[in-house]
Amino acid sequence: MSQMSTATLAGPRRRVTTLLGRHPVGMVFVTPYVLFLAAVFAYPLGFAVWMSFHDYFFAAPGAIVDRPFVGLDNYKTVLTDPAVRRSFYNIVIFLVINVPLTVVLALVLATALNAAIRGRTFLRVAYYVPYVTASVAVVGVWLFLFSADGLVNSLLGPLAPDPSWLVNESLAMPTIAIFVTWKQLGFFILLYLAALQNIPKELYESAAMDGAGPLRTFWSVVVPAVRPATTLVVILATITGANLFTEPYLLTGGGGPNGASASPVLLMYQRGVEQGNPDVAAAIGVLLVIGVILISLVNRRLIERD
Amino acid sequence: MALDHPESTVATAPGPPADLDRTTSPQMPGRRRGVLRALILLLGAFVFLFPFYYMLIGSLQAEPDTSLSGVVPKGNLTLENYSEINGAVNLGRSLVNSGIFTGGVLLFTVVFGLLAGYALARLQFRGRGTIFALVLLVQVVPFQLLLIPLYVLIVRSYNLADSYLGMILPFAINTTAVFIFRQFFLQLPDDLFSAARIDGAGELRILWSIAIPLVRPALLTTILLTFIGPWNEFLWPFLVTKQADMQPLAVSLANYISNVAARAANPYGAVLAGACVLAAPAVILFVAFQRSFRTSDIGSGVKG
Repeated sequence: MSQMSTATLAGPRRRVTTLLGRHPVGMVFVTPYVLFLAAVFAYPLGFAVWMSFHDYFFAAPGAIVDRPFVGLDNYKTVLTDPAVRRSFYNIVIFLVINVPLTVVLALVLATALNAAIRGRTFLRVAYYVPYVTASVAVVGVWLFLFSADGLVNSLLGPLAPDPSWLVNESLAMPTIAIFVTWKQLGFFILLYLAALQNIPKELYESAAMDGAGPLRTFWSVVVPAVRPATTLVVILATITGANLFTEPYLLTGGGGPNGASASPVLLMYQRGVEQGNPDVAAAIGVLLVIGVILISLVNRRLIERD
Repeated sequence: MALDHPESTVATAPGPPADLDRTTSPQMPGRRRGVLRALILLLGAFVFLFPFYYMLIGSLQAEPDTSLSGVVPKGNLTLENYSEINGAVNLGRSLVNSGIFTGGVLLFTVVFGLLAGYALARLQFRGRGTIFALVLLVQVVPFQLLLIPLYVLIVRSYNLADSYLGMILPFAINTTAVFIFRQFFLQLPDDLFSAARIDGAGELRILWSIAIPLVRPALLTTILLTFIGPWNEFLWPFLVTKQADMQPLAVSLANYISNVAARAANPYGAVLAGACVLAAPAVILFVAFQRSFRTSDIGSGVKG
């Protein structure tokens, strides 16, 4: 190609390049995804916040109805509703049990698995089987195991709680928290396993050189080295916990007994869909998300400070 | 070689840090530590697997036996519970609904997710940075905030209740999948792409005949991860479907548990039979393809 033709070609092309980038076809490639994000995330996100500040109700499609701005009224309704307050209290109990248990068990099992020589494949699969199974399916077997005359109570004999686990006001939420820990643990073990495999061998060697025993090595080498993974595990477990719906809906028959295991998302379903107050439900959602963000920020501060 | 699939480094990942075993400490002999570790691991495996075993034998017994001796069934196993649950919820129809829901999500995710992941990793165009920031942002928006507006829009405004489209729409393109695709396309060597471009290949052709074959293992991981989302999802299809013949299996089984089970002859048996049918496809897929479900992929997918 001669020098001349290159120069004449490059002129307009360079202008296009600065305007659209070197591969404008990329815009075409991402268009379906961007449209999807706009329709399913961005717009509903704004809609949720808008709805929570307006008197929103279901109307016939196409009907033009007035939906006046009501300020913080929906939030007032939510915060003075004892059932909603109870559900937020319940989720705090849930998180206090679920998150530390998840972090400790996942890290211990991942560390043991990382050092295991035989049966690693079998163990890895065994650990994530509950994670890949539908909640609805495993809820079925937990209902069976934890029913009043179920296997767990026959095993405990006279120590069995009365009323039984899922119908006991003070045990229903903790049982759900343990169920979710069991169900999700495999995923968090895999996260920790990835983090453990990135720890340089030299760290273990120098710990051994200093005469550190296994517990000491675990505490002063492994725990600090996986700290970023711990932040992630805590935040993801908090988000999963705040999304709790299927378990109280099915395990405790809709958040019973007496709302002792109702979750905020369950209340959103009851208020928004069953009772037709989507504006109140949207306000619960906004408060819940603000709560999750605050908890995550505080946790991150606590875990990552030195 | 780097051109080999990017996971080769993962597959041969550093195994157990062997030094940890050899550096025996004075307090605890290595063998005893090994025994303790094996005990913890086996106890863990038992706790994770036992409910599945119990689910299976419970689904095969005519009478529920919740005593300790009932853990080992003594003959007379039956498939009665399966026909009981099949009579109550029409398993075939529910499985087809689950399959269409899951298949739709997989199709949209693979087609549009690959295009987006490739563009974000390999193409330079205006707005790329903004879109990538959006991808990160979406991963932290919790579904519960979108739940009510999506319900209002899809069920009330667009009239998509009891339709496959309404079920699929909120999950259509899995953002984690877009993210994993991008990570894997980023790991491919630059020279490969410049060479193909000099040869005059269009981007779609480069994606199809060069990039995708090289990230095939990542594709499998992503498909597995994406599969369990819609297959196991309960809340959204539960909100969208009211007609029994449109409900995926997770929803019809849940309705059986909360409404019908109390009146059945052996309610737990039927519930457990339905649970086995719902659990089997996911469990079988993950056991069969366990090699493709690698830790580092998820790590990179979630961490960035």
